Amino acid sequence: MYDPQQFVAKHVAGLPRSGIRDFFAIVSQMKDAISLGIGEPDFITPWHIREAAIYALERGKTSYTDNRGLLKLRQVLADYIGKNFGMGYKPENEILVTVGVSEALDIALRAVINPGDKVLYHEPCYVSYHPSVSLVHGQAIPIATSAADDFALDPDKVIEAWEPGVKVLILNFPTNPTGGVTDRTKLEKLAKFVIEKDILVISDEVYAELTYEGTHTSIASLPGMQERTIFLHGFSKAWAMTGFRLGFACGPAPLVEAMMKVHQYAMMCAPILSQEAGVEAIVNGAQSVAKMKEQYQRRRDYITRRFNEIGLKCHVPKGTFYAFPALPKGFQGKSMDFCQGLLNAEKVAVVPGTAFGPSGEGFFRASFSNSYEQLIAATEAIERYVGSLKL
Amino acid sequence: MNPVLKLLLEGEPLSTEQMGEVLGMSEVEVAVELEKLKEEGVLLGWRPIINPDFDEDVVRAVIEVKISPEREGGFDRLAERISKFDRVETCYLMSGAYDLMLVIHAENLKRIASFVFEKLATLEGVVSTATHFMLKAYKEQGYLIARAAAPEDKPSVSP
Repeated sequence: MYDPQQFVAKHVAGLPRSGIRDFFAIVSQMKDAISLGIGEPDFITPWHIREAAIYALERGKTSYTDNRGLLKLRQVLADYIGKNFGMGYKPENEILVTVGVSEALDIALRAVINPGDKVLYHEPCYVSYHPSVSLVHGQAIPIATSAADDFALDPDKVIEAWEPGVKVLILNFPTNPTGGVTDRTKLEKLAKFVIEKDILVISDEVYAELTYEGTHTSIASLPGMQERTIFLHGFSKAWAMTGFRLGFACGPAPLVEAMMKVHQYAMMCAPILSQEAGVEAIVNGAQSVAKMKEQYQRRRDYITRRFNEIGLKCHVPKGTFYAFPALPKGFQGKSMDFCQGLLNAEKVAVVPGTAFGPSGEGFFRASFSNSYEQLIAATEAIERYVGSLKL
Repeated sequence: MNPVLKLLLEGEPLSTEQMGEVLGMSEVEVAVELEKLKEEGVLLGWRPIINPDFDEDVVRAVIEVKISPEREGGFDRLAERISKFDRVETCYLMSGAYDLMLVIHAENLKRIASFVFEKLATLEGVVSTATHFMLKAYKEQGYLIARAAAPEDKPSVSP
């Protein structure tokens, strides 16, 4: 009997389904659920940015662009990164505009990984890191981070996890889902090790602007690191532009050129309307970003305080718009059991920590990118549910 | 900025109990802060923001008024006097071609007209007036009248 499944490539067939996707399937069938499971801003893209896209459309800007992205966008990005991150990239050959950070990560891995190359990454982490490495026939090696140190990455754990054949280290600070941040001192120690072992860093910093305590430090800004880092960033989170699908990658010219080759065949270029909107976001978006960040921070303070009052031990995330509390003490089941129980009992959706890797067991992710009314209602419901468990 | 005021300015209608909940304060503490804001003249009062086109029996107009400043007090005495009319919703001293900008309302055009020529233009110190009737509201105090509906196809859980 004919089965189309036989044509699916082995390494794709072997990929696990995203835990988020499974959970979404359950939530989407439920009416009136309050969802704290949304990994995107609840704000609509600021009007001046949307308007720039509309204006571009009105002027008939509907063509392809340079594969690398509009030069004017790369120029403003170079200025922005110089001012805010401290790295100097040449718009001509060290910046590549991509279709979101997801594409940037994918082509970065495709450009540098040979089959069998090993890639270190820290967990819990964004759902696509491990699968993206598997898709390029690399070997992904997770390094667990823990609530004890607010999910910062301990350089000693990286040193411990290292083994011959490690080519790349993926970093993501502030981290989705934990809100973890690794401070400059730890990054310096990490940089020293990375240089010593001749490792390339791929640093996903899409939440950089949503850093609440202190200033964000990019590992690429540390001495000797710009030349061995592919810096990834995008517009989805800080500028609330998820639907625009716009990101960028910066790095040494030979690596950007290698990524360019993959990008030009797989994607051609990012959509021109998104790129025009991106120019507006960078040039005039600081105030909008600051306003949204201020609101996230107040919501963060509220939700983490409430979780701790409820008895769900929760560190205060230093960045992102996610809280990552632990399951209540004495709860015997798994993260998925807790989340499903909460959904069934109170119609509140949070994402099981295991969706972000095995080390997420014992936690769940709750996005505070929601109105106060929803946050108040959701935390009250979670409190009722935890109370009903009689732990 | 005062956290209670910041929360108010976000525009989400919350009870004092909910505000306390969000800010980690007791309801009493929030009430005290609100009282303080009133005393300081920062918070003038509470009013729902209503779509101006909702009531078809109300006409609104913007009136430009030129007045003569006085030796003592400049424009204040006259501006305050004009502000005291119930019809006057808003009164600002402006730079540029005229001195005061008023927003006024009435049941019909006739009443606005009679307010202008009976009450306003006859005041000692009022040099001239120019009345503009509001035809349609698109935005009222930060609220768009035609609100864009939230996209319905936004996933309820995403990475």
